[in-house]
Amino acid sequence: MKNNRLMGKLFSSPYIVWAVIFILVPLGMVFYYGLTDKTGAFTLENVTAIMTAEHAKALWISLGLSLISTVICFFLAYPLAMILANMNVNQHSFIVLIFILPMWMNFLLRTLAWQTLLEKTGVINSILSFLHLPVLNIINTPYAIILGMVYNFLPFMVLPIYNSLVKIDANVVNAAKDLGANSIQTFFKITLPLSIPGIISGITMVFIPALTTFVISKLLGGSKILLIGNVIEEEFTQAGNWHLGSGLSIVLMIFIIINMAVSAIFDKDGEGSFL
Amino acid sequence: MNKELINLVDISKSYDGEMVLDELNLNIHENEFLTLLGPSGCGKTTTLRILGGFVTPDMGRVIFDGQDITSLPPNKRQLNTVFQKYALFSHMNIAENIAFGLKIKNKPKTYIDDKIKYALKLVNLEGFEKRMPDSLSGGQQQRIAIARAIVNEPKVLLLDEPLGALDLKLRQDMQYELIRLKNELGITFIYVTHDQEEALTMSDTIVVMNQGYIQQVGTPETIYNEPENAFVADFIGDSNIIDAVMLEDKLVSILGTKFGCVDTGFGRNKPVDVVIRPEDVELVKPEEGTLHGTVTHLIFKGVHYEMEVMAGGFEWLVHSTGMFPGGTKVGIKVDPFNIPILNKPASEDEEATAIEE
Amino acid sequence: MIKITAKKIYIFLIFVFLYAPIATLMALSFNASRTRAKWGGFTLKWYVSLFENREIMQALWNTLFIALLSSLTAVIIGTVACIAIQKMGKRKRALMMGITNIPMLNADIVTGISLMLLFISFGIKFGMGTILLAHITFNIPYVILCVMPRMKQINPSTYEAALDLGASPAHAFFKVVFPDLFPGVLSGFLMAFTMSLDDFIITHFTKGAGVDTLSTKIYTEVKKGIKPEMYALSTIIFVTVLLLLLLINKAPKEKIK
Repeated sequence: MKNNRLMGKLFSSPYIVWAVIFILVPLGMVFYYGLTDKTGAFTLENVTAIMTAEHAKALWISLGLSLISTVICFFLAYPLAMILANMNVNQHSFIVLIFILPMWMNFLLRTLAWQTLLEKTGVINSILSFLHLPVLNIINTPYAIILGMVYNFLPFMVLPIYNSLVKIDANVVNAAKDLGANSIQTFFKITLPLSIPGIISGITMVFIPALTTFVISKLLGGSKILLIGNVIEEEFTQAGNWHLGSGLSIVLMIFIIINMAVSAIFDKDGEGSFL
Repeated sequence: MNKELINLVDISKSYDGEMVLDELNLNIHENEFLTLLGPSGCGKTTTLRILGGFVTPDMGRVIFDGQDITSLPPNKRQLNTVFQKYALFSHMNIAENIAFGLKIKNKPKTYIDDKIKYALKLVNLEGFEKRMPDSLSGGQQQRIAIARAIVNEPKVLLLDEPLGALDLKLRQDMQYELIRLKNELGITFIYVTHDQEEALTMSDTIVVMNQGYIQQVGTPETIYNEPENAFVADFIGDSNIIDAVMLEDKLVSILGTKFGCVDTGFGRNKPVDVVIRPEDVELVKPEEGTLHGTVTHLIFKGVHYEMEVMAGGFEWLVHSTGMFPGGTKVGIKVDPFNIPILNKPASEDEEATAIEE
Repeated sequence: MIKITAKKIYIFLIFVFLYAPIATLMALSFNASRTRAKWGGFTLKWYVSLFENREIMQALWNTLFIALLSSLTAVIIGTVACIAIQKMGKRKRALMMGITNIPMLNADIVTGISLMLLFISFGIKFGMGTILLAHITFNIPYVILCVMPRMKQINPSTYEAALDLGASPAHAFFKVVFPDLFPGVLSGFLMAFTMSLDDFIITHFTKGAGVDTLSTKIYTEVKKGIKPEMYALSTIIFVTVLLLLLLINKAPKEKIK
């Protein structure tokens, strides 16, 4: 028994040390820098800076766009997950791979490709004008950013929902029908509630990355639309103002923590998994 | 016999090109405890699911109380199903599970509450309203599944191997519970199982199935004592199934030796099967027996001794309260009354496939 | 009937949506004209000049090297961690799993800047080393996520049986436990490798001036105009992975995961 405990300590120490140094301490530093000024004195001004006009605007736009994208992703993903879940069992891993496959094409290039598709003289507009249909003018607008977010994060919403749907015992659905429920009643009373862990997982995996992205807005929004992610990124790489950048990041982390708390409430067993 | 409630007419069903049911015909009566019995893959569960409406037959009709319900969806049928792994709604508590069907029918709240109390009392789980399914044991979940089905007052209850996951003692208790329930509720039970002892214990009628065909329909006693073919004989209880030749009425040649029997009408010099139960084989002194042989194995089974005897080139299975050690030379005698003669399978329809041991 | 067609149309539309940019990129890799907007005729020259472009090749090498090394390291640390976590009491386990989830639930940008601040504060020079440390950090949770379920499925009796038959703990582990864990370890490795290969944000903050991965290289080229060789390279990578996937699917079914 003593041997076991010693082994336990030996085995867990590399990871514990790593986690402390590279996960906990860095987070601590963000808080440290965010709550101090250049002289090292405690201050809240880096955090309250979120309320200045330009920062608040960036945050507001980010929240709006990411919420819209999350909702769109949900409504696109759920029917898709349902269709996939009802397909042949043998095709399960193949389906998962089909959705992961685009991830092997570089994230930036994938997003950049939408520029080509969406440009004034881009591919989509060429096709549209060929068919004598009105052209789209969404590049460098918030719509393009939403498109980019939905495009990049859709698989992250589909897979957890798919996983939780597949886990539902077919006989549970049959039981509901047996007891008199029609298809709609069965869906809302049985299928939907039982898929909630997957939905929560999906929302987590889409909302936070969407809220904090700066690449998508840079590539598809031109220089005109600044999200909170862009603001923070610029503070760090261009302005060198780590205190302000960290302070603003603390605000972001508040959203992240709220998200995690909501996750924990709805998905106690950690059932809704990405894998 | 009670009046006919359900008629399955010429039901056929294939999956992936394989025929699972082939022109199945079956009549089920009111207040009957009918068991579909057979090995895995025989089609019994498919038949049950066709009755429940979860599977549509390729051909044939399902008549319920005079009405053709073949294409009626499950939620519109007056049957309820108890599923194999209970299929309780894990996100609802016990009361909500039981009330589910009643709420769909928009029954008033007081009615529902009364029904829940009544159902829980019926299955001996009073007070369990607020519990969650996952906190219950297998046997308790099983009873809740039954409660959930019967509150809807179906005319027929379908049970798909409901006791499979329970341990022996619990299974036996539940078997008596189910019989009691059926009598108290006065409804038809259609039960699916591969366990022949279960079928013999609970049923009014047993339907033995194999490979999509009905092999025999009868009471437990008939099925056990008068199997119609070698499959049924082999599936129910142990038996010795031996090639034989029917020489003439009341005389059969088994393993080259003449035995008297009581069956007539099989013709002369016709190849047949004989089925002799192990408890019907008498072991006597070699000179007193019709056949001679040697005991090859001996096992004490508590209730009796089980022995294998090699005689006439066939390994006989014998159950006896008398003990004969291995190596003993013995004689075999069988009362003519205990030698049922069966026709050899004439077509694929009756082909007996012995269970893989 | 209508239902089935509607479903097929829906899947097809989503499929088109997902793969439209990829098809575009592949088409562009054959575009003789440098600009994205115009089609200048079919050519294979970018595929040739790709291998002569020293910067891109260096970035490719860096990317592969970082992905491979960080994934392997993450696999070792992560698997060992799983063994330890498995032995822990409930509360400690919940704590460790909570910490493990942080990089995954946290926004990449926060992880990136936090590591950047760490390296700056301790005076660590930015470069290959810092990138590796960062990648290992976000890879370990994925490994743990893949190996833990496998760990829970394993029958502990097999390890004890090996000890009972005379094996030393190390021998028992490598001959009995590890082969059982292997599918989880493999998927953890593949997951980490994929994440590392495609990462941009965290690499962006932890790389410093000298080193570039494919992602960061592309980012620097966004303003100037992406070199067509990049499209060619991405097409090659994509097609390679596609072929691998088809091969794995057609091959005799071995239970992975």
